[in-house]
Amino acid sequence: MTYSLRINGEDRAVQDATISESLLFVLRERLGLPGTKGACEQGECGSCTVVMDGEAVCSCLVLAAGAVGADIRTVESISPPGEYNAVQEAFITEGGVQCGFCTPGLVVAVQHLLDRTHDPSDLEIKEAISGNICRCTGYGRVFAAVRAARDARRAGAS
Amino acid sequence: MTGVVVVADSLDEALDAAARHPEAVLLQGGTDVMVEVNIHHRRPVSYVALRRVAELRRWHVDEGARTVTIGAGVPYGDMEREPLRSLVPALAEAARTVGSPQIRAAGSLGGNLGTCSPAGDGLPVLSALDAIVHLRSLDGTRDVSIHEFMKGVKRNDRRPGEIIVSVTLPLVDGWQGYAKVGVRNAMVIAAASACLVVDRRPASGAATARVALGAVGPTVIRCREAEAWLAGATDLRAGAVSADVAKEFGRRVGLEARPIDDHRSTAEYRRHAVSVLAERLLRRAGAAS
Repeated sequence: MTYSLRINGEDRAVQDATISESLLFVLRERLGLPGTKGACEQGECGSCTVVMDGEAVCSCLVLAAGAVGADIRTVESISPPGEYNAVQEAFITEGGVQCGFCTPGLVVAVQHLLDRTHDPSDLEIKEAISGNICRCTGYGRVFAAVRAARDARRAGAS
Repeated sequence: MTGVVVVADSLDEALDAAARHPEAVLLQGGTDVMVEVNIHHRRPVSYVALRRVAELRRWHVDEGARTVTIGAGVPYGDMEREPLRSLVPALAEAARTVGSPQIRAAGSLGGNLGTCSPAGDGLPVLSALDAIVHLRSLDGTRDVSIHEFMKGVKRNDRRPGEIIVSVTLPLVDGWQGYAKVGVRNAMVIAAASACLVVDRRPASGAATARVALGAVGPTVIRCREAEAWLAGATDLRAGAVSADVAKEFGRRVGLEARPIDDHRSTAEYRRHAVSVLAERLLRRAGAAS
């Protein structure tokens, strides 16, 4: 089947797809956007997180052909190639990246949190990343990175 | 046979598609269906995607009837936040235990009812509140009690061509809560769960307590014997519930469970767990009144 998805502000044609493909599969294998990672494919790990119509969701659980008409934002939209935004910088400087596999999903989830919550509390941060599993860091460095991104913005705003 | 994916933009369009493709899977948030598709346990021929149907994503309060009607596509994330949170606190507590924020942004009561897993977190709340499930097809509408809607393990009363449109819940004067046990605190499917609703001013008679259990039977179980016992054992308007009454209530709730051993837990543990959950919920209800 053939249909069109709106990804990162562009209409992208998906051709010769089969019916039950997930958005995760279509992003990676058909549209050349491998930033979104696939691990559990059961909505447990959050490594495939994208923002769809303003909500962070697991792209592995989105039927791609059912996402026609939705505004989909992937990790590739976070910053231009070769550049890092404030969240990505914070992950690097705070040591929030180890093997890196969970990082794109975490960056999308954290950016989504900061986009809709001006000054998130520590509890709000923990809840916002509770759906993103990291097996390397123990979350301490990830949490530090999110706080750093939040605090940098707070300092910049004042 | 070539499958189709209909992305419906309105309820009329969805009903028409459901009638034309009775074999199609109705897809709300996808958080149940796509798990099964991804692991190849299920290969749907066709889908009717309901994500864009605005009529399913609304809710409203009827002040006269003292009810709230929640659209089948309203995501759990909306139920755990105000204003729905204060209107149906037990539903908010249940919603907050569903998966992760990503899952709660997609999952809905329509999906919970459509899948009809005994572990569905919304379902004990709907049972304890005696919810009415509203279904619609091209032939008309049908209102079904939650107790008749849930038939068994992943079996429900929805007929081909019907779409679950919404559920109606009473706005109850009294304490209500939901509690759940799993292998960890977050991101877990219930090994056992319970919802308790204390109705201090029912339409007739004295205050009542209603308790429903999840994941301890082929479908959600209402513990009517324990409810009747409690009504005779204590005055639910009097405030604190004695420790003895709470413990005995928990024991009796456990007797009404019909748990099994499976990959998530054992029957013995589940029966014990729902007894403890019911006891704790009743203590919380007593402390709050």
